[in-house]
Amino acid sequence: MSAKKLNLKDKYRLLTRDLDWEYSYADRKKAFPYEEFEGIKITDWSKWEDPFRLTMDAYWKYQAEKEKKLYAIFDAFAQNNGHLNVTDARYVNAIKIFLTGVSPLEYQAYQGYAHVGRQFGGAGARVACQMQSIDELRHVQTQIHAMSHYNKYFDGFQDWTHMHDRVWYLSVPKSFFDDARSAGPFEFLIAISFSFEYVLTNLLFVPFMSGAAHNGDMATCTFGFSAQSDEARHMTLGLEIIKFLLEQHEDNVPIVQKWIDKWFWRGTRLLSIVAMMMDYMLPNKVMSWKEAWEVYFEEAGGALFKDLARYGIRMPKFVETTEKEKEHISHQAWWIFYNYGHAAGFHTWIPSDEELDWLSEKYPDTFDKYYRPRWELARKMEAEGKRFYSQALPQLCTTCQIPMGFTEMDDPTQIAYRSSDYEGEKYHFCSDGCKHIFDEEPEKYVQSWLPVHQIYQGNCGGASVEEVLRDYYKLNLGADNLDIKGSPDEQRWKEWKGVA
Amino acid sequence: MSKVYIALQDNDESRYIIEAIEEDNPDATVIHHPAMIRIENENSLIVKRETVEEKMGRDWNVQELHLNLITLGGNVDEDDDQLSLSWNV
Amino acid sequence: MTIEIKTSTLEPVRNTFANIERRFGDKPASRYQEATYDLQAETNFHYRPLWQPEFELNDKNRTKIVMEDWYALKDPRQFYYGAYVQQRAKMQEAAESSYGFFEKRNLADYLSDDVKNLLITYLIPLRHIENTANLNNMYGCAFGYGTAITQALLYNAMDRLGIAQYLSRIGLMLDGNTGQSLIESKQHWMENPAWQGMRALCEEMTTVEDWFEVVLAQNLVMDTLIFNLFYEQLDGKLAAMGGRDIAMLTEFMQAWNKDVSKWFDSVLKTVVSESDENKALLHAWTEKWQAKTLEALRPVTHELLEPAALDQAVAELEKRIKKAGITA
Repeated sequence: MSAKKLNLKDKYRLLTRDLDWEYSYADRKKAFPYEEFEGIKITDWSKWEDPFRLTMDAYWKYQAEKEKKLYAIFDAFAQNNGHLNVTDARYVNAIKIFLTGVSPLEYQAYQGYAHVGRQFGGAGARVACQMQSIDELRHVQTQIHAMSHYNKYFDGFQDWTHMHDRVWYLSVPKSFFDDARSAGPFEFLIAISFSFEYVLTNLLFVPFMSGAAHNGDMATCTFGFSAQSDEARHMTLGLEIIKFLLEQHEDNVPIVQKWIDKWFWRGTRLLSIVAMMMDYMLPNKVMSWKEAWEVYFEEAGGALFKDLARYGIRMPKFVETTEKEKEHISHQAWWIFYNYGHAAGFHTWIPSDEELDWLSEKYPDTFDKYYRPRWELARKMEAEGKRFYSQALPQLCTTCQIPMGFTEMDDPTQIAYRSSDYEGEKYHFCSDGCKHIFDEEPEKYVQSWLPVHQIYQGNCGGASVEEVLRDYYKLNLGADNLDIKGSPDEQRWKEWKGVA
Repeated sequence: MSKVYIALQDNDESRYIIEAIEEDNPDATVIHHPAMIRIENENSLIVKRETVEEKMGRDWNVQELHLNLITLGGNVDEDDDQLSLSWNV
Repeated sequence: MTIEIKTSTLEPVRNTFANIERRFGDKPASRYQEATYDLQAETNFHYRPLWQPEFELNDKNRTKIVMEDWYALKDPRQFYYGAYVQQRAKMQEAAESSYGFFEKRNLADYLSDDVKNLLITYLIPLRHIENTANLNNMYGCAFGYGTAITQALLYNAMDRLGIAQYLSRIGLMLDGNTGQSLIESKQHWMENPAWQGMRALCEEMTTVEDWFEVVLAQNLVMDTLIFNLFYEQLDGKLAAMGGRDIAMLTEFMQAWNKDVSKWFDSVLKTVVSESDENKALLHAWTEKWQAKTLEALRPVTHELLEPAALDQAVAELEKRIKKAGITA
């Protein structure tokens, strides 16, 4: 008897979804209690389309192969002192931000997908989330292992998990993911699988990892691309979940749209850090933030939203603002960090002449007009021995938690301020997008652990900023912070390279 | 008029896959980036097992694509014989 | 000369991350250590979960078990993701070759109808129990505290899905890839009176709130009994019925069970030695779930195996309980 070969779809259904059954003895709602409170209506989980159909045996096999390749490169990198091959010591600061700001998000993704990977009643969606959970664990762990070698030779990596829970600018990424994980399971998926993974993650990984390759950082480039191969699965999950929710019930459409609006804006704010890494922190540039935004959001995202229009989904709210912001956001973000370089866990610097010219070329409408004069002034002051650092603690946006430094996009000389009153208190925002998010859910955002407020309230140890940085953040002052110029990082780099 | 795309790591295996994609999608555009090759096409793109096997000269499972895949855009349909990307227009 | 200077200045500034240094001193650390300790956020959470406002996002109070340091629950196998998938890939390669051999030689054709029926009635339904084990370990992963235990629970959950899939493939080999045997075996799971106690128990387990309790009920009590009865003891019976070849297909499960028992025994030992309160809790939970599981297993074991079978399995469980130090 010759067996009929099952096709991939049938086989996967039998090996996955068919494991589930209808409960008769216990209350299924008690086993899967979080499916209804967000107002999402699921009428039939069996309509779920599995995007990729990896059974566990295939998963182990392919992932082991990827890991084998990846760790062979890590080993070679460490044995050959691969850190000496990066373009210059400035580059390493970009990956310090990555380890302290992004890797902990991979960890939160692992936790978040584990949660929904237990809580969804539909086995198809559940298993897809479980696989994403274990992939995300892979990402945080491979990132640690990739950075492990850098940590031995550069400052600023050493206390990354401690820093992530406390340092002011790291509350931007942390609050982003806390927001998603504390939401219901469907909002979590729209936030992370759809808005972040599908719409925005390419902006984090692809240009940045190409940037790593372009700057001689084999370890980062390799983990980045290896992680991206899982990301393709995750992005597809993001697209499937949104189509599934929209097809299940028309009442889901406005809820999903509201989440898309919120998470698109939350995501663009988070990515302002990436914008600055690309335009200012990579010594060898790949493409400007503006170009990346055009390719990976405007073009790719445009196609996606056109595709979703048939369900009644429109482009996210405030998308027109981002079209203007792409001209400004990276310059304004790096300026904020340049001003607070004494309080950051990485080094800052003034762009070189060559870099200023590159920025002028990439941003012909804005750079020379608004930003070049600032850097030229900063350089003049530095030359006169008057390098300035802002001593006052900045006001933070209650929603995105970025210091209020972004401007009105129609008047880039004017810092944007918005505010809302809620239960007798005033709350401040950096933009219409952040104010809108707060106004939709004030009871959530009044809980924000705003680092500056916390310092003022005495919850971060010491009375002075220096004590907070040293004792509460555990920064090695004079080594981790301040300009690259004169830092131990720079000094060691020069010794290794044999330059004076 | 929307573009679908797929990006692969720039390595030896990917070269065969890209050759196959170019053959099956004559209008597709191939763009080389540092360490990455991106292929885009209007509305749809298909990766066929048979063509890849021909180029590689060995059996090839569509799921092996994941080993070299960096990213993609479009609605995915994967089975034993092919992986396709498309937008509904 | 330059080479000499370079080597002398290439001394690392530090050996490992600061959190690892605080725990283990300033020396090179293992990949397991760097990828495990202190990864999970400890403090300054921004918002309470909408779905459990009584807890923080990461909260030690989701179980009654109290640990001074949850990272004490380290994995003796030292599995971080890379080590885990590579170890499982080796096991799956061996399994694949057995399943391939079984299929290629049409070994299913040599099984009697009695053996096939027995497999469909009693072995294949275990895939639903594995599905429950997947849920229970995911629950522990999502609500547990600290990477040391939660990552191991996730690996375990994924393993259970893998085992459920292997069991399903056994069914597909019996029915010539039509899926008929899986339909029949699911009917047994849903309707056969012998299985209803187990099904009710599985359903009940997915409603338990304390994550450590359900992980213990699953990974110690239920697994010890099930693996002893349905793999070890049933193996003997199948051999006697001319179904020895099935052992090729369940080798993965047997090897797997040995691997995870080592990990979970060590977890239990650490929890017990932490405090008398922990020990008392584990004792009470073990008694409770042992009684429930035995009750649920009695009808199906009675139909499938010798009268002494259940006692034999209990002896195995008691050995593990004693080894972990779980006493009154």
